[in-house]
Amino acid sequence: METRSDLALSIDDLTVAYDEKPAIWDIDLDVPEGALMAIVGPNGAGKSTLIKAILNLIPRAAGTVSFYGAPYERARSLVGYVPQRGSVDWDFPTSALDVVTMGLYGKLGWFRRPGAAERELALAALEQVGLVDFADRQISQLSGGQQQRAFLARALAQDAQIYFMDEPFAAVDAVTENAIVNILRELNQRGKTVLVVHHDLQTVAEYFDWVTLLNVEVIASGPTAESFTLENLQKTYGGRVSYLHGGQLLAAGAP
Amino acid sequence: MKPQRALGGDDRRVWLIIAAMAVVALLFIPLSQALLGLRFTYTVRVVALGGSILGVLSGALGCFAVLRGESLLGDALSHAALPGVAIAFLLAGRELSALLIGAGIASWLGLRFVSALLATTRIKRDAALGIVLASWFAFGIALLAYIQSIPDASQAGLDHFIFGQAAAIIESDVMLVSAVGAIALLVLFLFWKEFKLVTFDSEFAGANGFRVGLINTLLSTLIVVTIVLGLQLAGVILMVGMVIAPGIAARQWTHKLDQMVILAAVFGAFAGGLGAVISALDRDIPTGPMIIVVAFVLVLISLTLAPGRGLIWRRLRQRQNQRAFAARNTLRDLYRYALAHGAANKPAPDSFIRGVGDRSAALGLRQLRSEGHVTLGAAGWQLSESGITLARNDLRNQRLWDLYRRYAHELGLPAMAEERGQEIAALLPADALARLQAKLEEGADS
Repeated sequence: METRSDLALSIDDLTVAYDEKPAIWDIDLDVPEGALMAIVGPNGAGKSTLIKAILNLIPRAAGTVSFYGAPYERARSLVGYVPQRGSVDWDFPTSALDVVTMGLYGKLGWFRRPGAAERELALAALEQVGLVDFADRQISQLSGGQQQRAFLARALAQDAQIYFMDEPFAAVDAVTENAIVNILRELNQRGKTVLVVHHDLQTVAEYFDWVTLLNVEVIASGPTAESFTLENLQKTYGGRVSYLHGGQLLAAGAP
Repeated sequence: MKPQRALGGDDRRVWLIIAAMAVVALLFIPLSQALLGLRFTYTVRVVALGGSILGVLSGALGCFAVLRGESLLGDALSHAALPGVAIAFLLAGRELSALLIGAGIASWLGLRFVSALLATTRIKRDAALGIVLASWFAFGIALLAYIQSIPDASQAGLDHFIFGQAAAIIESDVMLVSAVGAIALLVLFLFWKEFKLVTFDSEFAGANGFRVGLINTLLSTLIVVTIVLGLQLAGVILMVGMVIAPGIAARQWTHKLDQMVILAAVFGAFAGGLGAVISALDRDIPTGPMIIVVAFVLVLISLTLAPGRGLIWRRLRQRQNQRAFAARNTLRDLYRYALAHGAANKPAPDSFIRGVGDRSAALGLRQLRSEGHVTLGAAGWQLSESGITLARNDLRNQRLWDLYRRYAHELGLPAMAEERGQEIAALLPADALARLQAKLEEGADS
């Protein structure tokens, strides 16, 4: 299959299996450059697995992934990543500034140490998420939302072309949610491509212009206005979704 | 605008502790001579040096074992070294470098076996560690029993490897430990950034193109090397204590990884040196237990006294918070009652305010009274001038926060790190604050 240059991400036949059961099955997904895309689906749909498989963090059973036509090994510097907040030990002895500086380690490569230039970049990223006053604070003394923002700042410091965020909105306060949304919009305006694992169906239409509905397989993917329909949601979640959210939400998402 | 990194309390504290340890170590020499009658013979000096060098190494690298939650892995690996010692003895005789290489190979095989078990079976991690620890150690003990039965070998003193025996250490042993230890510390220094990143967030490291598997293996190998070097001194059973105790103690005093590692090295040197010297007093005192006793005294002191994390400090902090919260809630109750009854200085009956606030009301009233914000008259508790001002500011601050949460986006206010009870006026830039206050005057929150 030919890769078009305006595709930020192109996935072909991607399958990941834990034991015999596929976690994600035969994923085909094309993401155009500049898309702000939500990945939604029920628990166990393989949303995080998809991101980890794209980033080569878990072995793939089959399939290929290309970033701007190049495999991951050659496109690493283009990719920014925000893991789930719960994936690290926040009692680790380090400061918010230090965590953000880690976003620059990849560019530094082996052996080289971060210096004054990296410190400035990290402070700028902290400024963007409103945490600059907390730069020297130990990370366990940050609230959950602030920790999430520190993770976001670390990804911003990576200065990538395409971002993957795993549940950045999970259990955050309103201020943090606003801060994240602003950052997403800003990234979008600067032409970056952003894929966000999202769990709140209510805000999909408001925050994202593209959506992928996932339940082990891709149920639908495309502009939110076309793909975020009741029919597709029911295929993804089963019948429950209409009961939970009714037609009001879909009025916003309908063409 | 950017916060300058001053030498914070944290940094000063770490240097103070290091200085204190140095003073204690220096005082120990004359004191022990006077009180214990300890003579610093050549042997004792060699032993002290060996213990200290080993402590530096195990303290520094042990921090990573502690932070990765791999204390038990360290324990399994040190037990797993025993059969290697025995086999190496059977093959090459009592040559320390050969024994340690044997120990290293056995320990490293144990490490690979744990990984293989986890990758290919459904055995849980703790069980996999248990399997390696018990089976390798049992095999080692059986081999030692066999070696003891060989007439020529009975004097080899291999059983010292079980609990450690400092008195057996000679100068060439110390040289060996120093040389290999220096290489291990150099590797730690070179791969500092990688070790830190992988320990904190291995997924992110992987996504950034770092070879996580390789870095993990390198770090585990360094920990195996440390354990192996310490076996003669601390013994296979207790070596894990020397690896983890300095790190645990150091973590209590600092929030920075580099300071933690330096401090752990100092603690390790102290425990290793002191423990080894004490045990050298008498051949019957095993060194491992002595070192570990000293190390865990340091842990105990740190857990209790360390500011920020120590038990005493946390307890005091808790009490202080309790008082502050109680005072604020009581102030709000008093103010609300007074306003509802006509004026801010209307007194509230004692029974009412205690009824509302329950036990914390008593605490809050005592606190407010001692600060002069309330007075108790015949009609009840009355807010003073300062109390009214405080209550008014507090209410206004609360309302501004509410508005901030609702309208921050709409008004284009900067995102802030919100903290309970903080003065919002101190956090926002003047123009942003003005916009928020305008919103308050509009009565947008009512």
